[in-house]
Amino acid sequence: MSITWGRESAARLGMSRREFLGFCTAMAASMGLSAVAGEAMAEAILAPRRPAVIWLALQECTGCTESMLRAEHPTLEKLILEIISLDYNEALMAGAGHQAEAARRASMAANHGKYVLVLEGAIPEKDGGIYCKIGGQTAKAMVLEAAAGAAAVIAIGSCASWGGMPSTPPNPTGCVGAPSIIKDKPVVTIPGCPPNPYNFLSTVVHFLTFGKLPELDHLGRPKFAYSRLIHENCERRAHFDNGRFAMEFGDAGHRAGYCLYRLGCKGPETYANCPSILFGDVGSGSWPVGTGHPCIGCTEQHVGFEKPIHALAALAGQTPPATYPRIVEEQGQGATLASAGVLVAVAAAAAGGGGMVMHNIGKREAESERDTRREEGK
Amino acid sequence: MTSTRREFLRDTLVGGGSALAAGLLPAIASGRDNLPRIPTARGLLYDSTLCIGCKACMAACKQANDLPPEHTLAEPYWDTPLDLSGKTKTVIKMYRDGTAAVKDREVDGFAFIKASCMHCVDPSCVSVCPVSAMRKDPGSGIVTNNPDVCIGCRYCVAACPFKVPRFEYDTPFPRIKKCELCEHRMAKGHYAACAAVCPTGATLYGQVEDLLREAKRRLSLSPGEETRFPRGELGGADHDVRAHTARYVPQIYGESEMGGTQMIFLAGVPFAKLGYRPLPTRSYASVSETLQHSLYEGMVMPIAALAGLSFLAYRSRVNHTLLDEEDQPEPAGEQP
Repeated sequence: MSITWGRESAARLGMSRREFLGFCTAMAASMGLSAVAGEAMAEAILAPRRPAVIWLALQECTGCTESMLRAEHPTLEKLILEIISLDYNEALMAGAGHQAEAARRASMAANHGKYVLVLEGAIPEKDGGIYCKIGGQTAKAMVLEAAAGAAAVIAIGSCASWGGMPSTPPNPTGCVGAPSIIKDKPVVTIPGCPPNPYNFLSTVVHFLTFGKLPELDHLGRPKFAYSRLIHENCERRAHFDNGRFAMEFGDAGHRAGYCLYRLGCKGPETYANCPSILFGDVGSGSWPVGTGHPCIGCTEQHVGFEKPIHALAALAGQTPPATYPRIVEEQGQGATLASAGVLVAVAAAAAGGGGMVMHNIGKREAESERDTRREEGK
Repeated sequence: MTSTRREFLRDTLVGGGSALAAGLLPAIASGRDNLPRIPTARGLLYDSTLCIGCKACMAACKQANDLPPEHTLAEPYWDTPLDLSGKTKTVIKMYRDGTAAVKDREVDGFAFIKASCMHCVDPSCVSVCPVSAMRKDPGSGIVTNNPDVCIGCRYCVAACPFKVPRFEYDTPFPRIKKCELCEHRMAKGHYAACAAVCPTGATLYGQVEDLLREAKRRLSLSPGEETRFPRGELGGADHDVRAHTARYVPQIYGESEMGGTQMIFLAGVPFAKLGYRPLPTRSYASVSETLQHSLYEGMVMPIAALAGLSFLAYRSRVNHTLLDEEDQPEPAGEQP
């Protein structure tokens, strides 16, 4: 391995070389990359100049930041203090007021064209965007100003991705997601309420390592995290396939871990990797469906926050199953040679026997008649 | 003897024809029509466009009726019946055409369909059963088979236009098996298990009159219109499902087929493609019973037939006697 691991590296990251490489490999694995990519990540992270990150909190609940705080590999403080340089985040920074705003502007100017912009929360547009202002500046103006000099824009959470919960009809503030505001550069969206921190971290580290964003789908979501339906990787899928559904919360089927589709699980129409990477690093079952609650589809626009939790999911991309019986199903097999032989033998015996009987009947009658005539003739 | 053969044929035709006419004429007037729908009848509405093919109904049916799984694949892990059988009272089948890209489309599409007892208003199986083992409940209209009475003649298997009753060919003491709409569950306040578990409301249980009304309501909606689909029991406790209306074939199968059935269908693919062929509105039971009862009405036909036969026998006996008196029979065959 070509990375140079010195005493200062160990002091800076607070972990041994072994632990550090393990972290990088885990990061690469969560994106489906090889261990070689893990090495590249290790080099990128150990680079002396940490990339600046501006994290804007808009119309949000700080849940995404809270989710980030619960990341274990790396922990958030490692991320913001040692891997990146988090120059502005209202929830985490000590500074406040005009000083903080000035620091943000200074960082944006110093790192123009190089910093990563992270957006958390929706952006209100109604009535000139007055429903979310920071330092007298509307959220929309702030986003446009920050996006102008950003090397990459990451929208974390459903609110920043498409408007999320605040945009639920009737959407009183007329809020939208970052992709509707920033038109001149690609916006990575990491939807979820909250999103899985590792989907965000992996995206950031991918950007730091390769200098470009991971492959995105048509909604700007990283494909490594959002290319599969929840339904496809769900641990309860076998119950769905066998028609075993929890009928109500707490019933026998629910306790037995049956499929939650009938209770309104949105897994069949929601794209996310929740069942694969789980939440909170506490082992199996640590995701909504694993705990017995139907997926609410928080990563999917028009599903999460719009469809009632109990409402049935539409089956996305449903294809006809291969093993279902057709309308007319021929059953059994054709005649075997042996059975056909037996049948032919029986038929031949019957025909032969019948023929002989018929033949003999006529014969006997004729004979008896002949005998009578002979007697008469005597 | 040549005239005898001709006479015999003529007499048979004349005698038989007149006897038939004498027997049928009064009977045709007394022939029965389809039985009427029972107002309190219970049944199912299966909406193919709502079905997602999850087979919950099949699993629940097996559980509710204590039926064994049926293995048809190389790996005997799953219950995979190909059709109704002595082990399977309901089965979800699939129609597929071409690329099978879109659900509920006839061309290059696919659709699911349920097979189970139709609980005919005028059931053929009840009509043909010689021992009244197959009965239709006068209240619920559910058609059940009493295995203690059944003699295993399988007339019901042959008579059913929907091929529903099945015989247990693989047991030494076989029974007739068919859907009985979970009648045994009703005593405990439950309803048909297949409808109770259906997650989408594709199989809906209820009073047939209400189900017919619900089916007509769905047909009156325009495709794509959002509406509420009841789940489980029509008018029951389970909450509705909000969904978009599919493009229906404008027909309620079972509304009039065979004089009506208590299991009715809606679908997005023509029913003939789903295994539900067009059937006459007059029930087979009413036709065959009319014919049967006409033939035996007041024993007129049998007596007439017997009289005709007796007359013919008498005639030929007289002819024989005359023939014997006129001359001796010619010698048969050559002399040896």
